[in-house]
Amino acid sequence: MTYRVHVRIVPRAGLLDPQGLAVEHALTALGFTEASGVRIGKAIELAVEAGSLDEARTRTRAMCDKLLANPVTEDYRVEVEAA
Amino acid sequence: MKRVAVVRFPGSNCDFDTLHAARRTGTEAYFVWHRDTNLKSADAVLLPGGFSYGDYLRSGAIARFSPIMPAVQRFAEAGGPVLGICNGFQILCEAGLLPGALMRNDRLTFVSRPVALRVEQTDTAFTNRYHPGDLLLMPVAHGDGRFVADPVTLAELEATGRVVVRYVGLDGQPLDGSINGSLNDIAGIANPEGNVVGLMPHPDRAADPALGNTDGTGFFTSIARWAGVPK
Repeated sequence: MTYRVHVRIVPRAGLLDPQGLAVEHALTALGFTEASGVRIGKAIELAVEAGSLDEARTRTRAMCDKLLANPVTEDYRVEVEAA
Repeated sequence: MKRVAVVRFPGSNCDFDTLHAARRTGTEAYFVWHRDTNLKSADAVLLPGGFSYGDYLRSGAIARFSPIMPAVQRFAEAGGPVLGICNGFQILCEAGLLPGALMRNDRLTFVSRPVALRVEQTDTAFTNRYHPGDLLLMPVAHGDGRFVADPVTLAELEATGRVVVRYVGLDGQPLDGSINGSLNDIAGIANPEGNVVGLMPHPDRAADPALGNTDGTGFFTSIARWAGVPK
């Protein structure tokens, strides 16, 4: 069956994220001084054909390891739901 | 005359500069399309700068799976000289032919200007015409040029002399600040054998007197002098 998959990719903790920093400064300038720790990554949504939820997750993790995320600089999280 | 393949990806934009630089410095250079699967008896392979596949996902992430890349991988693993310039460097890192990654510049700007480089390693296929400590002026033009690697990899690169060129001030002294936030001001690195080299600055834009700068010529003339990887 088809599963709806959400992949969240974020720059690895400890690595400088200039985009996140710039947006954080902009938020502060706009008066949102309660915001901190802004990190900007990517959200990827896809449909995955698989025999089970676990299989969909395993296959998506393989996609992340091979292409969607860079193992040197990024961490990812996979969420799967029945479509 | 050495046969030099310049690989063109959709979005390459320094392909003609690189072809011209290679031809001007005495090689028989020709284009190979990213959909090709063989390198046509190349003696060296150059991956030019640009924005392959629009830099979608990550710089070099999609180009790295182009049909031509298995041939480039085999060629590199057999000791063949492979140079990645700018986007080509990003592709080599994504392909795992060089360690580390190139991330967004640290200060929110696309950096496009001449920079000074110090040659650190001359025992490579592309820098053997230089001398250690040579100071080169070369343009950079990139938004994703911040070299990063995990601490173990970084220490190994430094300890084994695999940093090929480093950003320095015009006086050759360490930079006050940095060009793009690269760890240890690293501008280019090599694999352990020295046949695979990647750098963010553009020797292809500094290899013709018409452009007022020939400091990059050595990257292309070095190809002919490279004896290959010791077996």
